[in-house]
Formats: sequence, C-alpha cells, structure tokens
Amino acid sequence: MIQLLHIFWSFFKIGLFTFGGGYTMIMMMQREITQKNNWMGEKEFMDYLSLAQASPGPMAVNTAILIGYRQHKLAGGIAGFLGSTLPSFIILLLIAVFFQDFSENPEVMKVFNGLRPSVVALILYTVFVFARNIRKWEYPLFIAVAGLILLGISPLYLICIGIIAGVAYTYYKTHKSK
Amino acid sequence: MVYWQLFIAFFKIGLFGFGGGYAMLSLIQHQVVTEHQWISDTEFTNIIAISQMTPGPISINSATYIGYTVTHSVWGSVLTTFGVCLPSLLIMLIASYFFVRLRNNVYVSAIMRSIYPVVIGLILSAALQLMTRENFIDFKSYLIFAGALLLLYKNMNPILVMALSGFVGFFIY
Repeated sequence: MIQLLHIFWSFFKIGLFTFGGGYTMIMMMQREITQKNNWMGEKEFMDYLSLAQASPGPMAVNTAILIGYRQHKLAGGIAGFLGSTLPSFIILLLIAVFFQDFSENPEVMKVFNGLRPSVVALILYTVFVFARNIRKWEYPLFIAVAGLILLGISPLYLICIGIIAGVAYTYYKTHKSK
Repeated sequence: MVYWQLFIAFFKIGLFGFGGGYAMLSLIQHQVVTEHQWISDTEFTNIIAISQMTPGPISINSATYIGYTVTHSVWGSVLTTFGVCLPSLLIMLIASYFFVRLRNNVYVSAIMRSIYPVVIGLILSAALQLMTRENFIDFKSYLIFAGALLLLYKNMNPILVMALSGFVGFFIY
C-alpha cells in the first residue's frame, strides 16, 4: 500500500507542477524516476518512453501507466494512471466551474482577444518544429493531410491509412530482404 | 444521451491520439467543433489557451474543461477525462505484459515513423481552422500573431509568450 501511494504521489507531484504539456512532464519524470526514486536506469526509462510515444493517448499518462505497472503490476499501473491524470482533472474542473461565470466579463474578454492569435501562432510554430524532423519529399504529404481535413475528411481515417502504410511497407521490406 | 456521445467522442480521440498533445487537439477539434458542434471555434481557442497555461497534458486539460462546458455538470468532465484516458489505460496494460517483445519491435517503430507526416498535417489543419474572423478581430490580432511567432522562434517559453499576449490584449483592447 505504501508502495502504491509512493507511485501515485510521484506522478501526482509532476502533474501538479508541470506546465507546458507532455514533453515537459517527461523531463520531470526522468529525474523523478531514474535519479530520485532510482527505480530504473536511463536506458530502461528510454525504452518505456519510446513505447509510450508510439502508442495513442497522452504520452505522460502512457509513461506513468507503464512504469507503475513495472513497479507494482496492475495496481501500480492504476496508481500511475490516477497520479498522472488527477491533478489536471481537479485544476481544470475548478477553472471550468468558475470561468463560466466570468467569461462574459469584458476585462476577461480583452485578455482572451490577445491570447487567441497567440494560440494560433503556437500551433503553427509546432508545425515548423516537427517538420524539421521529416524528409523533404514528405512535405507534400503533410500538406495534403491538412488539406483533406479542411475538406471535411475525418482525421481518424488518415491516421488509419498512415498506420496501414507503415506496417505494409515494413512487412514488404523485411520479407524482401530474406 | 449527450453524456454517452461525449464519452464515445473522447474515447475515439484517445484511441487515435498519436503524436502528442497538439495532434490530439486536431482530433478534439474535429469531434467537438466540426462534428458535434458542442462549442464554437472561438471557445475552442480559449480552451486551448487555458489548457496551455495550466499544468498537465493538454489533451486531458481540454477534455475536462470541455466535458464541463458542454454538460454543466461534474459528470461530464469525469466522462470526457476517463474517455480520453481509457484507451491509454487498456493499451498500456496490455503493452506492459508484452513489453519485452514490443520494445524493439520493427512494427512499433514503423507506426511511429509513418504516422509522423500525418501528425504534422493534423497540427497544420488545427492551426488553419483557427484562423477565423473571431480569433483575428482586427489588425492588432495579426501583430500579436506575428510577435508571438517571432518570440517562439527566438526560443521564448510558450507559457511566457501566452502570458505576454494576454497582458497585451488587456491593454490594447
């Protein structure tokens, strides 16, 4: 029980104090897990991280479930899950409950008039950062994907096509070389 | 009825949410704004701003917030948050079991690699869909947009950029 609480608390702390989304949380987790708690080495942590990254869902939550499970089986996985999601849930619920009342307030609206263009800038900037990691011939591919979504095609189909293409290509390559 | 729809919508978002928070925003946008029209583009942009400035993963932050906004009930939040996380929980528990065999699997890395251009496309579409008249109300909006891009390019912390643009908005509008 103490061990489960420890798993829960380790991820809860990180969730409570880490601003800026998944990637920042991962850096905090690395320190907490490999240095402070000494649960595993860097190498093993990176293995868990790459599996969490290749899977759907919030990366930080995936990592917490995997590592919780490694420490204490199913109960540990659930402790990791709760620890990594509860802080966000509690904070955002409080904001949602109170924000409904003051979102009509003209002063608050001014702040959000300034915030919205900057949100768009941030998302667009992420495209530039990510695009650095792909090859030039893949550029038309992602632009086509964006175009299709704007035309009303569900992103879910495009993700399925991406997965099927990747699996088919790998299958073809591994079997050709034999 | 809306509770069940919310749960299913967020379950789908969690199940197909490859590639991190911003890619998931595009899925959320498609489900919540385009398909079910529970909230408007402007509200959605506000929610992203709030999620960005609060701790935790953006997908969970926006799920919790949207759940409450749509239903005006705590149970709405519980369902959306649980819905978006349930696929993670199931997939990761199964993956833990097969972990040793999965971690160097060629197909796992192939999925990650081939999904990457799709993920960037998702993020681009999210940005383009938010370029509306409601988000860019006048020329000052474009100045904030350009300024934010420049600061991000200069490696300023995104949360600081947000805080700064909110501050600027308060004084110029």
